[in-house]
Amino acid sequence: MAAISLVGLTKRYGGVEAVRDVSLEVAEGEFFGLLGPNGAGKTTTLSILATLLPPTAGRAFLAGHDVVREQAAVRRSLGMVFQDRSLDDYLTAEENLRFSGMLYGVGSRELSRRSAELLQLLELWEHRHRLVRTFSGGMKRRLEIARGLLHRPQVLFLDEPTLGLDPQTRALIWSYLEKVRRKEGITVLMTTHYMEEAEACDRVAIIDHGRIVALDTPERLKRTMGGDVVVVHTAEPAAARNFLAEQGIAARVEAGQLYCEVPDGEAFIPLLFRQGFPIQAVGIRRPTLEDVFLKLTGHAIREEELEGRDIFRERMRVHRGR
Amino acid sequence: MARTIYVIWLREMIKFRREPARMATSLIQPLIWLFVVGKGFGSVFPSPFAHLTYVQFMFPGVVGMTILFTALFSSVSILWDREFGFLKGVLVAPVPSTGIVLGKAASGATLGAIQGTLILALGPTVGMPYRWEALLAALGLMLLLSLAVAAAGIAVAVRITSFQTFQVLMNLIVMPLFFLSGAIFPVRGLPLPLRVLSDVDPLTYGVDAMKGVLLHQHEFPLSVDLGVVFLLTAGLTALATLLFRRSL
Ligand SMILES: Nc1ncnc2c1ncn2[C@@H]1O[C@H](COP(=O)(O)OP(=O)(O)OP(=O)(O)O)[C@@H](O)[C@H]1O
Ligand SMILES: [Mg+2]
Repeated sequence: MAAISLVGLTKRYGGVEAVRDVSLEVAEGEFFGLLGPNGAGKTTTLSILATLLPPTAGRAFLAGHDVVREQAAVRRSLGMVFQDRSLDDYLTAEENLRFSGMLYGVGSRELSRRSAELLQLLELWEHRHRLVRTFSGGMKRRLEIARGLLHRPQVLFLDEPTLGLDPQTRALIWSYLEKVRRKEGITVLMTTHYMEEAEACDRVAIIDHGRIVALDTPERLKRTMGGDVVVVHTAEPAAARNFLAEQGIAARVEAGQLYCEVPDGEAFIPLLFRQGFPIQAVGIRRPTLEDVFLKLTGHAIREEELEGRDIFRERMRVHRGR
Repeated sequence: MARTIYVIWLREMIKFRREPARMATSLIQPLIWLFVVGKGFGSVFPSPFAHLTYVQFMFPGVVGMTILFTALFSSVSILWDREFGFLKGVLVAPVPSTGIVLGKAASGATLGAIQGTLILALGPTVGMPYRWEALLAALGLMLLLSLAVAAAGIAVAVRITSFQTFQVLMNLIVMPLFFLSGAIFPVRGLPLPLRVLSDVDPLTYGVDAMKGVLLHQHEFPLSVDLGVVFLLTAGLTALATLLFRRSL
């Protein structure tokens, strides 16, 4: 039985189609990534699966339970780590876990044992008696992960688990997630717009404007790129593009740089230099999911802009946290 | 369901205990009414009530006021919980939404009764004659009244998104309701339109019942007072639940 299955899932907010006819299956124990830019519909999809939003059309199942008709069973099978803050700042770390455990009906002995285990796993044990208000962003995120796992759900949702964290903290959270996965063998559905994170998933669905545009393992997705990505920095991108067109190679110009895919990058470069147009720099790299995204959607996820928005959102978070 | 109510209630209790300042500040207003207004007026004007001082007359009303403000403002927590995301975490748990509302209402009722009791304990300092049965009856009444008030607060809080709006609305509605309830001055001498308003003010019956219990002096039969309070509590709790579920 699939851990998660979506059949023609659609969600409209007034005129906005946030999720459009999404169908996919996530196998038990799989680490599945939803990759997409801001507003792609990632959070909406998770919210429907978590019974927080009714779908407009289509069906969704979690651990075999219908998310509309069997809400209680779905909620019991699910651990959720929200994109935005959801802890009680005025309670201690341990109290936050205890309240969650009690809401899920975890018995008190099991609750103490499990809290201790998770607090240790996520290295929050020494801080268990501190008010969450005094925690750093990374610590809060770890506590939210612990809370999501407390009642031993079959499926864990992580909505942009590293959003708004600095690179070191992001790497740290990531290593904790690896640890959790190894230890608990749980099915994970994660959303992200960080390419490196998506690369670590077993399979990735790339979504854009609410629609799945590709779904496969990161390896196979990258292989669809057909070879290497060559980036050419030239003063005459038009001339370069004409040459490439003659060779039957499609190229894009982005920020004054020319991007193309060729089967064998190393062999291609000497050929490029023989054409006579000025070249300042050339780079070859293996394709990334970013390239795949660009090719499939015609636009970049635009890390730069995203970073800016993340910072803004993080500020909002801090602000709202008073 | 019982578990949900208990957990939601427990969280509020822990947070309340951790904020003694909140406990103290919500007692300031009733204390001012009691010792500044009550004693002040009482010493300047002769009491219009044959056998009661003014402070004694208004004492049940001040207890009612304490309950009113405490229970009402405790229901704001539902607004904070939504604003700061905590509510989402509760909503993905396998708990009935009715349990969430009832837990909130129960915590408002408890806080109201605690604060009311603290004021009640000051009774002897203003010459309130107490008997144990009367105190027990007052406690029960306080629980019931604060439950009604907390439910009303929740019903309003779930429809509102900003704390400021809540505050303004409360002052706009609550103060007139309070003054018309007969808590601070007798309503009988007022012009007819105000007397009619007082009769439709639900607080009138709560205050009247409190006066009946503590002073053995009331306008309406106790059965009428209690009937209104019971109906109100049940109706407002149902309304709060309905509105909360619809707001999800
Ligand atoms: N409550 C709402 N009412 C109206 N529109 C909404 C609502 N929530 C989301 N949307 C819209 O639905 C679309 C998808 O939003 P969603 O939050 O699912 O995106 P996302 O992929 O999670 O993006 P992000 O990376 O910014 O978190 C967006 O266009 C958003 O504006
Ligand atoms: Mg999102």
